[in-house]
Amino acid sequence: MATVRIPPVLRPSTGGEKEVQAAGENVGDVLHSLADAHPDTQTQLFADGGELNRYVNVYLNDEDVRVLDGLATPVGGTDVIVILPAMAGG
Amino acid sequence: MSPSGAEFIRQIKSQIAEVDPADVHGWLNGAGNGNGGVTVVDVRESDEIAQGHLPGAKLVPRGYLESRIEGAVPDRSQHVVLYCASGNRSALAAKTLADLGYEHVESMTGGITLWKDRGYKVEVPRKLTSEQRERYSRHMLVPEIGPEGQQKLLDAKVLLLGAGGLGSPTALYLAAAGVGTIGIVDDDVVDLSNLQRQVIHTTDRIGVPKVDSAEITMKALNPDVDVVKYQTRIDASNIMEIIEGYDVIVDGVDNFPTRYLLNDASVRLKIPVVSASILGFDGQLSVFAPYDGPCYRCLYPVPPPAELAPSCGANGVLGVLPGTMGLLQATEVVKLIVGAGEPLIGRLLLYEALGATFTELKVRRDPECAICSRPPEEISEEEMGVFPDYEAFCAAAG
Repeated sequence: MATVRIPPVLRPSTGGEKEVQAAGENVGDVLHSLADAHPDTQTQLFADGGELNRYVNVYLNDEDVRVLDGLATPVGGTDVIVILPAMAGG
Repeated sequence: MSPSGAEFIRQIKSQIAEVDPADVHGWLNGAGNGNGGVTVVDVRESDEIAQGHLPGAKLVPRGYLESRIEGAVPDRSQHVVLYCASGNRSALAAKTLADLGYEHVESMTGGITLWKDRGYKVEVPRKLTSEQRERYSRHMLVPEIGPEGQQKLLDAKVLLLGAGGLGSPTALYLAAAGVGTIGIVDDDVVDLSNLQRQVIHTTDRIGVPKVDSAEITMKALNPDVDVVKYQTRIDASNIMEIIEGYDVIVDGVDNFPTRYLLNDASVRLKIPVVSASILGFDGQLSVFAPYDGPCYRCLYPVPPPAELAPSCGANGVLGVLPGTMGLLQATEVVKLIVGAGEPLIGRLLLYEALGATFTELKVRRDPECAICSRPPEEISEEEMGVFPDYEAFCAAAG
C-alpha cells in the first residue's frame, strides 16, 4: 500500500484525512483506489477521458509523474504519492 | 654612518623593478604582458584608499603587508604591481615582497598621483556611514554577507506584490535588512480582519491604504529604505511599467489571474520571482528564475477550477502561517541579492503546519511551456496572463 498525501482542498472528500493508504501497481491504480474509497475525489483528480486533470500535479516521492511514466509509473509499497494543486492564497 | 631616509629609499629603489603608470594602464585594459595577467596591490592606508584606488586593485596596507599578502596573492610567481601615493612606500613594499620570495614584483613610479595626472580612471569605493555600519553590524559579521553584501542590499530594488499576509513580514524584514528600494503594490485598505496576520499594519490604521500603512512601519524601522508605493491593482495594462527595473519580485498575491500575469511578465523581463502561497495550515514556496529554472507555468500549466481554489478569505488561514512563509520568501530574496547559498530554484517547498513537516519536490522546466520555452521577445503583451478557460475561471471566481 502506498501513502497518498491529500491537499487541503481535497480533504473534505477524504473525511478530513491528510494521508490515506491506497493499493495499486502504478500511480493510476493507486489514484483509482483512492477514488473508489473516496468517490468525491474522482472528478477532482480525473477528467472525463480518464486522464489526470491538467491542474492536478502528482508526485511520486519528490518527482513529478509527468517526467516519469505518468499514470503508468510503477509504485512500491513504501512510496509516497503527493497530490498537489496550485494555491493562490496570499 | 647611517643613511638618511631619502638615501635609504634611493638604495631600495635601485634594488627593485619599477614600472610606468602607462604600462600598468595598458595591462589593466587588456594589453597582454605574457605573464598571465597582473595583480595590482594598493599598499596605502585605508583612509587614503577610501578616496579612490586603481580599478580592480587589491587593498593591502603596507603595515599589514607581511601578514596579508599571501591571502591577496597566494602565488609567488604571479606578476605583482604595487603602488602607493607617490612611489616610495610601494618601493619599500616591493623589496619586502622580493624578500618574501615573490618573483615578479614591480613598484609603480609616481603612485596614484601620477596615475591621476595622466587622466587614468580611479574607483572610489562606496562607504557605509557609521550609523549603517552599526545598524547592519550583524550582517557585517556574516562572511556570506559582509560589507559587500550589505552594499548590494542597499543598492537592491525589490517589488512586493501585495501588502497583506505574505507581504507584511516580507516588507518588515527586507526593510530591516536594508534593501534600499522596496516597491509595494496593493490597492486595498487596512481592515480589522487583516490584523490577525498582517503584522505591518496597526489597529489605529484601519481604513488607511495598505501601502501608506506599510510605509509608516517600514520607515519607522529603517529610514534608509526608499518605499515606492503603487496603490493600484496590478493588471495587464500596468504590469510591465510597474515591474520593470526591479531586481527581484516577491509574489504574495491572492488570486490566480495575477499570478499567471506576473509570471508571464517576469519571464518576458527576466526578473526572478520569489513565490509563496498559503491556505489553512499549508504553504508553498519556490523561486522562479526565468530561463535558469522553471517558471510558474512549468509547475502549474493551468490553474484549478474555482471550486478547488478557495481563497484565505473564504477558507481561512492560520495567522502565523503567512509569517512563516513570508519570512522564507524574505530569506530567498536576500540570498538572491547577495548571491549566497542555493536559491530555491527548481524546487518547491511545502510546509504543513499542523504536522510541522517540510516536503521538498523537484520542479522541472517544461520544454513545451507556453511561456518560457520561447525567447522573451516572442511573448506578446496580448497573451500575457492568459490561460485556457480564463474567461470561465474569472467568471466562476467572481
